[in-house]
Amino acid sequence: MIGAGALTGLAILPVRALATPALFDEALQELTKGAPINQGRVTLTVPAIAENGQSVFTTVAVASPMTESDHVRAIHILSPRNPIALITSFHLGPRAGRARVSTNIRLAGSQTVTALAEMSDGTFWQDSKDVVVTVAACIDGS
Amino acid sequence: MARAPVRISMPSEAKKGEIIDIKAILRHPMETGYRVDRVGKKIPRNIVTELVVTYDGVEVLRWHLQPGVAANPFIGFSTVATNTGELVFTWTDDAGTVISESRTLTVT
Repeated sequence: MIGAGALTGLAILPVRALATPALFDEALQELTKGAPINQGRVTLTVPAIAENGQSVFTTVAVASPMTESDHVRAIHILSPRNPIALITSFHLGPRAGRARVSTNIRLAGSQTVTALAEMSDGTFWQDSKDVVVTVAACIDGS
Repeated sequence: MARAPVRISMPSEAKKGEIIDIKAILRHPMETGYRVDRVGKKIPRNIVTELVVTYDGVEVLRWHLQPGVAANPFIGFSTVATNTGELVFTWTDDAGTVISESRTLTVT
């Protein structure tokens, strides 16, 4: 009986499958192609407490002169708990003038959000912030 | 034709070399594909997958979206005022809908 219960539980899992830390690492690996990720240069700004996981205002700023020879190529936002680890990617360049982007993201529960910046010299930099989500973005059909 | 469901906020004039802030919102449900309707049928995914911004014909921003971006996708970004020209914003969604809006920036 216990076995049957466990199986039923498993059968339900795929419906509300969440990204796991393993999938998050996989997404990071895909972006960096195994290059080391440095801490610093990136500032991720998210609310410490988000009342509504359906729309969480998020800003990523990167310290960069944004010149032809030294600029940010891309900014990625990742989640270890959403159904898809990669939330969004911004591709920019020296024409941006300033490496700062903002958007509203969905969060399927409290988690540590990561912002990853890819520089023109091929290096990667990141920042992570904890967000407590009061009402999560729906992912299970509710 | 109905007005495009777009709101773009940016200055219409700037000095050469000035960095201008741009905000843009597209009205779109960003349907994730995870939700079901009242009779339990899966609502198909339809998200905006991309926004491309060109300035006087040169791409200055390419935004790739996933279901993790909230409905009515909002973006705030910046660009350097180089010369008088048009900024063209082009959104594409899963259904193949392409929405384009342009704004002129006069550079002095």
